[in-house]
Amino acid sequence: MKDTEMKKIRIIDSTLRDGMHAVSHQFSPDDMAVIAAALDAAGVDTVEIGHGDGQGGSTYQYGFAKASDEDYLRAVSSVLTRSKLDILILPGIGTEPDIELGAKYGAKVVRIATHVTEADIGAQHIAFTKSLGMEAITFLMMAHMAPVEKVVEQAKLFESYGADVVYVTDSAGAMLPSEVAEKVSAVKAAVAIPVGFHAHNNLGLAIGNTLAAVQAGASVVDGCLCGLGAGAGNAQIEVLAAVFDRMHIETGIDLYKIMDAAENEVRPRMRQPLAITKLELSIGWAGVYGSFLLHSIRAGKKFGVDPRDILVELGRLKTVGGQEDLIIDVASRLAAEKEQRKSQTVAGK
Amino acid sequence: MKKVKSAILGPGNIGTDLLLKIKKNAKNIEVVLFAGIIDGGLGLELARKMGVPTSIDGVEAILADDSIKIVFEATGAKAHLENAPRYRKAGKIAIDLTPAAVGPYLVPAVNMDANFEGDNFNMVTCGGQATIPMVAAVNQVTPVEYAEIVATIASKSAGPGTRANIDEFTQTTAKALVTVGGAKKARAIILLNPAEPPIMMRNTVYCRVQHPERLEKIRESVDRMAEHVRQYVPGYRVRLEPIADGDKITLMVEVEGEGAFLPKYAGNLDIITAAAMATGEKIAERLQGISQ
Repeated sequence: MKDTEMKKIRIIDSTLRDGMHAVSHQFSPDDMAVIAAALDAAGVDTVEIGHGDGQGGSTYQYGFAKASDEDYLRAVSSVLTRSKLDILILPGIGTEPDIELGAKYGAKVVRIATHVTEADIGAQHIAFTKSLGMEAITFLMMAHMAPVEKVVEQAKLFESYGADVVYVTDSAGAMLPSEVAEKVSAVKAAVAIPVGFHAHNNLGLAIGNTLAAVQAGASVVDGCLCGLGAGAGNAQIEVLAAVFDRMHIETGIDLYKIMDAAENEVRPRMRQPLAITKLELSIGWAGVYGSFLLHSIRAGKKFGVDPRDILVELGRLKTVGGQEDLIIDVASRLAAEKEQRKSQTVAGK
Repeated sequence: MKKVKSAILGPGNIGTDLLLKIKKNAKNIEVVLFAGIIDGGLGLELARKMGVPTSIDGVEAILADDSIKIVFEATGAKAHLENAPRYRKAGKIAIDLTPAAVGPYLVPAVNMDANFEGDNFNMVTCGGQATIPMVAAVNQVTPVEYAEIVATIASKSAGPGTRANIDEFTQTTAKALVTVGGAKKARAIILLNPAEPPIMMRNTVYCRVQHPERLEKIRESVDRMAEHVRQYVPGYRVRLEPIADGDKITLMVEVEGEGAFLPKYAGNLDIITAAAMATGEKIAERLQGISQ
């Protein structure tokens, strides 16, 4: 690259997928259409939509979405003019027919996400995505849980299955900038495909970590309007647009338009402001999956235990993304232990 | 009474675990041939040490032996689709541990008697064997409008076959939750957890029911069913007794493996080999009855 040439970064917006966690998957198809149109007008390269846990995620386990996958796809595909439509598949939850449905509505990108040590369960979905002529972008989720050699090994597996991009994904918002740089640069050195990074803000590091990733060689990164996402949210896309502009990195995004999309379309639809309260901070500190947040708050209320205790215990048990059912198990056990301690204290008096 | 002769095709984890179970516990069947197509595996070696005849001629070796009445297929779906018509032609009864589903789904605690006839039985999936009895137990008390199950297994216990086609697991399990479990609609989710030491197989069952207020009856039904499953899977336990939340019933079961060949955490493999053996034992009773 010549010095005069501007560096380019591809930003994928996930307001309408990861952001669904923050609204308990209750955006309506109309909400999605309005927000997607604003992202499209702002020049965002790729727009990801769907339930927070991807296609087929609308369940008891993860919460039922307001509408069906097909309703969301129909609504968004009718408004996009430039941005590529993107869906997420978590193997074990989403299946090949879900990919087919996306293709029917013009999705150009499928993101296939597995736990950082389990890339091989995504091989079938990568092959299927490619067979339909779509781009396959792969996620190594909870990347903080595996040592760098393991991350590299699994990234190479994804590449060998035909992935077009491989992401280091900080699903728990638990990584520090030095760790992001180490893992991204190691993956970058080991594969020939572009490397991506997906941040969460539980330790207040979403923007900083994204910059660390870009400096380490990542060329695809995720952002969300207003930072809307699981836990304390993702990297705020309008902030990324501004920061990259200051760094003379091209994103193709119109700064005023993306700011307006955030302020006019997303902020009024938010259920509560995104903040790093003691709960989000516990998630980042304990290294647990960001979408456990609202489930743990509800279970804490139902069983009368501190949600922080639930989150920390989930971290100790080395839970992975998707294990929302364990929250009830842990909460009920903590409640029983609390009850036992109480009766022991009473007996001791 | 003379034991019915059976063969196991597929000397991998599942096949070897099944062999050890039959050797140790079976009353009506014996394994007279343990067959694969590649020599050198741990399973074949173990079988030889135990004095079980082995072969690397695969299905051909089994078909060549007329004394074999029951074949346990522990290969893959593709192989069983090819082999099933040949077993039938040779008058052998197939117990299929792959997701091929040539024959009806069979979950011993739920529909063994209804499927007493027939010559091909499919063992669904490990998650199906663990959760379908629970959905059936709830359904006996109040109709299950929708069942959803989440099976979480240790990464180490998920073999290459499961990993290469994880959709097959979720789709097959969901189908059998309807056809055997009795739910009107169903979904299945599988999660792999790589934690060390490996976690025990754990299953969460959610049911949307018409009468959640019958919780006490549901609990009794679930406990009875668990007892039934324990007759062939001793490590089967209700970890969370049914709880109601609106019209949703939630319960959890875990399966500790017997630890015959596979470690105890691999309850997911244990439950499917245990179900296959229970089915084989029952079929052998039928065959013994005929020969008498």
